[in-house]
Amino acid sequence: MLGSFAVLRKQSLLGDAISHAALPGIAIAFLITGAKDSNTLLLGALVSGLLGTFWIRGIITKTHLKSDTALGLILSLFFGFGMLLLTFIQKQPNANQAGLDKYLFGQAATLVESDVWLMAIVTGLCLLVLFLFWKEFKILLFDKDYAKTLGFNTKTIDILITSFIVLAIVLGLQTVGVVLMSAMLLAPAAAARQWTNSLSKMVLLAAIFGAFSGVFGTAISASQNNLSTGPVIVIVASVFVVVSFIFSPSRGLLFRQIRFIANRRDLEQQKTLAFMYHIAETHEDISHPHTIKILNNFQGFTRKTLQKLVDKDYVTIDGTMWSLTQKGFEKAANLYNQQHKTDE
Amino acid sequence: MKKIAVQVDDLTVAYNYKPVLWDIDLEIPEGVLMAIVGPNGAGKSTLIKAILGILKPIAGSVSIYGKPYEKQRDLVAYVPQKGSVDWDFPTTALDVVMMGTYGSLGWIKRPSQKEKKAALEALEKVGMLPFKNRQISQLSGGQQQRIFLARALVQDASIYFMDEPFQGVDATTEIAIINILKELRKAGKTVIVVHHDLQTVPEYFDWVTFLNVKKIATGPVKDIFNDDNLTKTYGINYKVSIQE
Ligand SMILES: Nc1ncnc2c1ncn2[C@@H]1O[C@H](COP(=O)(O)OP(=O)(O)OP(=O)(O)O)[C@@H](O)[C@H]1O
Ligand SMILES: [Mg+2]
Repeated sequence: MLGSFAVLRKQSLLGDAISHAALPGIAIAFLITGAKDSNTLLLGALVSGLLGTFWIRGIITKTHLKSDTALGLILSLFFGFGMLLLTFIQKQPNANQAGLDKYLFGQAATLVESDVWLMAIVTGLCLLVLFLFWKEFKILLFDKDYAKTLGFNTKTIDILITSFIVLAIVLGLQTVGVVLMSAMLLAPAAAARQWTNSLSKMVLLAAIFGAFSGVFGTAISASQNNLSTGPVIVIVASVFVVVSFIFSPSRGLLFRQIRFIANRRDLEQQKTLAFMYHIAETHEDISHPHTIKILNNFQGFTRKTLQKLVDKDYVTIDGTMWSLTQKGFEKAANLYNQQHKTDE
Repeated sequence: MKKIAVQVDDLTVAYNYKPVLWDIDLEIPEGVLMAIVGPNGAGKSTLIKAILGILKPIAGSVSIYGKPYEKQRDLVAYVPQKGSVDWDFPTTALDVVMMGTYGSLGWIKRPSQKEKKAALEALEKVGMLPFKNRQISQLSGGQQQRIFLARALVQDASIYFMDEPFQGVDATTEIAIINILKELRKAGKTVIVVHHDLQTVPEYFDWVTFLNVKKIATGPVKDIFNDDNLTKTYGINYKVSIQE
């Protein structure tokens, strides 16, 4: 759901950066408290995730590095540091450590009821904020400078959005893990974008796709012994993306192709009809028969298009002669007028 | 003596180290239709952004009717350069025009029927009413430009800043837009337009500012729109025949 905003901001890497940035936080929280109580660890993840994110923002605004560069930099820095710490922890004679690597690839199966509650509460909070600041989010995403001239503090809105993305990511870490988290964030949004041109519907769809992937993914992995949940969820989400890219009615590849072919066919018929109209016009009687051979002078003419026109009752054929019907004449005259109008 | 709508004092702006605007002084009287002209990279967009507080200047100050911009927001509307936003954003023409009402709404409050009506009227004015529900990516460049204009009209301001509203529009749209601008002037508004087509300056505008990092000249078109200032601004010998 919040992924929609990341996608629209063209900051797809942000999710990656945040989730990777969260890793050292988890490790440090573990080192300090020695507990693997998930709330403590997630708090650590939240702190270091936020730190990483605002660091990235800082780098982008203060220096003139491209945002991709800044993201990549922070991502590898934090992840490297996090892995270092994890390795260090693994060498320690501490029985608790085993639980930590679940944050790398995620392990939905280890979720307990309190985790789920926490997620539900945060999701509710996100929805509330989203509802309240809908208009602000929209204008910030579309036209930041303009929002500023209207008197909105764009920094505040920006921080609000970013914080919630971080929060959502950190919570998702337990389920899908650091490595796959950004896919989980972006996939539903990217899929949703294919189906709609309205921001509200996009956010809603993304939420539905996301939830579906979660439920489906869990179900599949539960039925199969050796599949871990996180990756399966992400695969389900990816299937949504692939299907959306191919089948979406307005932006999808398949329909675009179909529409293209249909358009071309329509156009051929119309052009043939228009050509016939010009010939018929030279005679007083519009239904005066002409030989089919004339049509061969016209590029793009085929028997098939002629047959289609006959099927539509625009033209009648008698042996090697054709003639326009009244209906065909009117249709052609209309086409002609329309053409003129759009040419203006 | 006319009131001064916009006053700029010693304004200097830099993105990196090198200033792109240098020590600009400018007084724009109320009720003029003014062109800002200058070559690419002269700092025209930057000047507008600095006046509107989008960019922070290194030095200098701006006042709108004698007060800082922050206090006078309601009096000012802005049409950004068209290329500055992502037109693939999932929203409709009407929705974009409605954004013009967000400023007076303030935080959290949602647009109501009243705002919607204002937006529809603005769409009507720019001849875009039939396209109100069109996804913005499916509008032509000239239509997108009209949408931006409508969004500014909705703000119902006293001073309009427009960054290249004629960019990529055909002759018909250009005339439609200039007529709207002239109407605004007739209603006593001040309109400031970044303009590239020097040929049409005398026909469209009554006031002009020449800008190239520094301010070259500012004043009534009939007094200062001449080859001398054009040459100073563009660096090559310019010959524009001005009809009198
Ligand atoms: N975000 C930015 N960061 C760094 N330099 C910038 C930025 N925006 C503009 N510049 C530089 O500032 C100078 C002025 O740019 P500006 O956009 O104001 O020019 P302009 O007069 O509007 O040009 P155009 O006619 O091409 O729109 C240019 O040299 C440009 O390279
Ligand atoms: Mg510009």
